[in-house]
Amino acid sequence: MTDLLAIGTRKGLWLARSDDGRRTWSVDGPHLLAQEVAAVSIDTRGPAPRVLAGIQYGHWGPTVMWSDDLGATWQETDHGAIRFPEDTGAALARVWQLRPDSADRPGVVWAGCEPHSLWRSTDGGCSFDLVRGLHDHPHRPTWQPGGGGGAVHTVLPDPASDRVTIAMSTGGVYVSEDGGDKWEPRNRGILAGFLPGEEPEYGQCVHKVAVDAGSPDRLYAQNHGGVYRSDDAGVSWSSIAAGLPADFGFPIAASPAVPGTAWVVPLVADMQRVPPDGRLRVHRTRDAGETWTEVGAGLPDDAWVAVVRDAFCVDAGEPTGLYLGTRDGCVYASADEGDTFTLVADHLPDVLTVKAASLP
Amino acid sequence: MTVQVLLPGVLAALAGGSKHVDVAPAGDTLADLLDALAADHPMLARRIRDETGEVRRFVNVYVDGDDVRFADGLQTKVRDGAEVHVLPSVAGG
Repeated sequence: MTDLLAIGTRKGLWLARSDDGRRTWSVDGPHLLAQEVAAVSIDTRGPAPRVLAGIQYGHWGPTVMWSDDLGATWQETDHGAIRFPEDTGAALARVWQLRPDSADRPGVVWAGCEPHSLWRSTDGGCSFDLVRGLHDHPHRPTWQPGGGGGAVHTVLPDPASDRVTIAMSTGGVYVSEDGGDKWEPRNRGILAGFLPGEEPEYGQCVHKVAVDAGSPDRLYAQNHGGVYRSDDAGVSWSSIAAGLPADFGFPIAASPAVPGTAWVVPLVADMQRVPPDGRLRVHRTRDAGETWTEVGAGLPDDAWVAVVRDAFCVDAGEPTGLYLGTRDGCVYASADEGDTFTLVADHLPDVLTVKAASLP
Repeated sequence: MTVQVLLPGVLAALAGGSKHVDVAPAGDTLADLLDALAADHPMLARRIRDETGEVRRFVNVYVDGDDVRFADGLQTKVRDGAEVHVLPSVAGG
């Protein structure tokens, strides 16, 4: 079995492979050189693994490209996989998230984009339709851009129901229980320190959300200040930041296999946004955020670098593997739930996204 | 009428490998020209304009040497035999 790691950077895509149970990696690239790859996914549901990339080709605009031969060739739709309908008056600025749905929904791929929008494909990512239910939501005109732009950056379709959970910067968490027609904000308990007054119904800058392995109703959120858990599908949130060296960060990931296990990569806030004391480390919880333990032997000291929201992911291996990319172009992998990391690649452009999959 | 569109090398692959494309627009504006270009080379055309029809922010278009941003934009007149340059602007890092 081959494990594949897709590494999207500000100037291209690299693919790393491991054929020895994730102990060593060989890196192939660059693919899509000079193109910003802010979103990538590896869709293993079809006859061949499909690598989907949300690219921004420098001056020439964003689109979605895909490869069915592990990067040897790339294709794109003539008129663009993602195009805002004419009546919206909007233009695609960046693809932030590409998320294949479950095996029971072959061909369905979700995309989160800038400006704030959610898209759904039924042909494996060749073409997408705007999810009008979210676009027409009365809150949309008031969603503000975060530092990276106003985007839907997290899309979590529930494989067992019609629930779709998304997160936006800014905007916060929104949930649809009917596959995307109706949406409601679910941010109660999440603070918004950049806004005056009481916590708002929506408008939070939720950086990333992950689903617990034990229950689709248990969610973890890394906020722009604050780490939270919800046990009721986002209806209410409670802080689980106690015990962390900093409550700021961008990514959060949950184990796909072990309930209660999740990881964050803390950064000092609000303005510094570097690892505490310059030590790049991962913090792991085994009890759904009640306690946290610093892990990450092999990650560097004297590392004054951030890990952005999608540059951290887990795989479906046993035990769970972790992958982490930094803004100084280093990629680290752990095959033991974060206890130890090894260097996969360095001196790449800023790492924007990593995604891992096991190939048959 | 026929207009020659001159492309930077990075876009040539989207025009069949040529940096020179002869286009016969239905009208006499830059918008007409780009519409005709899109009909034959849709991937090339959307490198130049977004889906609203606007020329992308960091793409410059010159009609007979004049930057259309300082002329009439997409309504800039394009004459028979004109040369239209598409160039990336100074941006990036």
